[in-house]
Amino acid sequence: MTTITKQQESQPTRISRTQRTRVVKAVRSLLTHLFLLVGSFFFVAPLIFLVSTSLKASRQIAKFPPDLIPDPFIWANYSDVFIYAPFGTYLLNTIFIIIPTVFGAAITSSLAAYAFARLRAPGKNAIFMVLLSTMMLPGVVTLIPTYILYAKLGWVGSFKPLIVPVLFGNAFYIFLMRQFFTSLPRELEDAALIDGCNYLQIFWRIILPLAKPVMATVTIFAFMGAWNDYFGPLIYLAEKSQYTLSLGLQVFVQQHSTEWGLLMAASTMMVTPIILLFFFAQKQFVQGIMLTGMKG
Amino acid sequence: MAAVMRGTPKPWLKTLRGKEAIACYLFILPWIIGFTVFTLGPIIASFGLSFMDYDLVLPPKFLGLANFVELFSDSLFYTSMWNTLYIVILAVPLGMLASFMMALLLNQKVRGLAAYRTAYFIPSIVPAVASAALWLYVLQPEWGLLNGFLSWLGIQGPGWLASEAWSKPSIILLMIWASGGSMIIFLAGLQNIPKEYYEAAEIDGANSLRRFQYITLPLMTPTIFFNLVMGVIGTFQIFSVVFVLTDGMGGPVNSTLVYLIYIYRNAFNYFRMGFASSMAWVLFVIILVLTLIQFRTARFWVHYDTDTVEG
Repeated sequence: MTTITKQQESQPTRISRTQRTRVVKAVRSLLTHLFLLVGSFFFVAPLIFLVSTSLKASRQIAKFPPDLIPDPFIWANYSDVFIYAPFGTYLLNTIFIIIPTVFGAAITSSLAAYAFARLRAPGKNAIFMVLLSTMMLPGVVTLIPTYILYAKLGWVGSFKPLIVPVLFGNAFYIFLMRQFFTSLPRELEDAALIDGCNYLQIFWRIILPLAKPVMATVTIFAFMGAWNDYFGPLIYLAEKSQYTLSLGLQVFVQQHSTEWGLLMAASTMMVTPIILLFFFAQKQFVQGIMLTGMKG
Repeated sequence: MAAVMRGTPKPWLKTLRGKEAIACYLFILPWIIGFTVFTLGPIIASFGLSFMDYDLVLPPKFLGLANFVELFSDSLFYTSMWNTLYIVILAVPLGMLASFMMALLLNQKVRGLAAYRTAYFIPSIVPAVASAALWLYVLQPEWGLLNGFLSWLGIQGPGWLASEAWSKPSIILLMIWASGGSMIIFLAGLQNIPKEYYEAAEIDGANSLRRFQYITLPLMTPTIFFNLVMGVIGTFQIFSVVFVLTDGMGGPVNSTLVYLIYIYRNAFNYFRMGFASSMAWVLFVIILVLTLIQFRTARFWVHYDTDTVEG
């Protein structure tokens, strides 16, 4: 299409050319929208049907091809979920794990990130290279000995394996925050040093207040990581009273594999907070992913 | 006076530089401790364990290479490796192609960009267990969403997760659905390409295909490389989604028994910690070799331009 407009350049028939460009542009934008719409159908339709199915009665779910609108609306699916499984407890357990995780991500990692970004020490760069390489390390190599370690400590069957290691900081978050700190201007810190502040005070009073945007990103990722984590709870938690939402939902899927209304209602409840979070913090999501290439 | 002071220098740790270094080490210390206890130690330990027999109860017994000998004569090892490779070989390129195309479309200055971007991205943040539950419904053979849509097009859909032939493609489909993360990375890469390049090319009379071939594609190779490396590492370790979709069985007939499910089974169902460690090391070496090959071959096709910023 563009080739045609280009060939026209040698013969300046102004009006027809602009008209043609306009038509080409319109057709192009129409095609783009068409592709985008078809694409978004693939991505969005499952989620729309997730919500719609969560409100359907069993016999309507088994209808083929599926209806979009529930008839009648069965809101009871949502309350029934809580009768069959203690999702309230699962939620509390998940939050109990999320709080220290977020703390570890925000405090420990940001201190290390500040040191990597600003402070000079022999061997620091070598340590940073090690940190970077751990980001690509397949988690499976450390899995079994860490499990044995926790088993020997008597931690299996408690929240400790899910909480303690994250308190020591996370390579992804350190990397992400280091990138941010490196971009901050130095003058304020230099002034504070001259005034006799130590590095911890500089970090606490100058760097942290400036770090709010990246802190938000890291907090969101830490939250999502803990909310979505399935493997950790699967191998470390034993009692049903300890289950997190992920693990609880999986067991629920196993036990109620035919009650689709219930399953979809439970899944909807698990997905909704994440999607809401995304709508409130789109910028942080995009930034975080761009910087680390982390997959959800 | 001054001369005397210069004669007896302060110990290095008391100098400004020394204090800075101490602060630096102290701030990094928690991570170093965490790294040593939860990463470095376990890597070494799992290497050692791979030559042992250990069930958590009886003391570990040294076996030499027996675990590896057993592994390489174990038919389920080959099955699980094949299943994993199948998924990696198809899901990584297809996921990248899909997300690259979406990013290209989104990079046209279209109206409603934010809405489309959101639509493509949201599936990638859905928790693995929830998306598995959702896809159990989507892929349900008799009245699931996908077969419903296919029948509307006049196609009779397959049994998906119930079918040995279609179970792996089902998982790949789910993975493409959740590939919005790499779309965001591609989009960021596209938006980093300086506009002047396109303007200059347009003045030189390059059509859009040429502009794509000579500007977009070369300048996107670092981003493609990044997504490829991370995609291969991540997909080799696929677990949660498959585990939930197949009730932890990797069925039907082991057709979705991916490598990590087989490790899980050996470690946490049979408590064969040594054997599972040897499996983990085999996978580690495979991933390492493939990653190194990618880095080595990168110089033949990855184009590093000073103007593009790669995260």
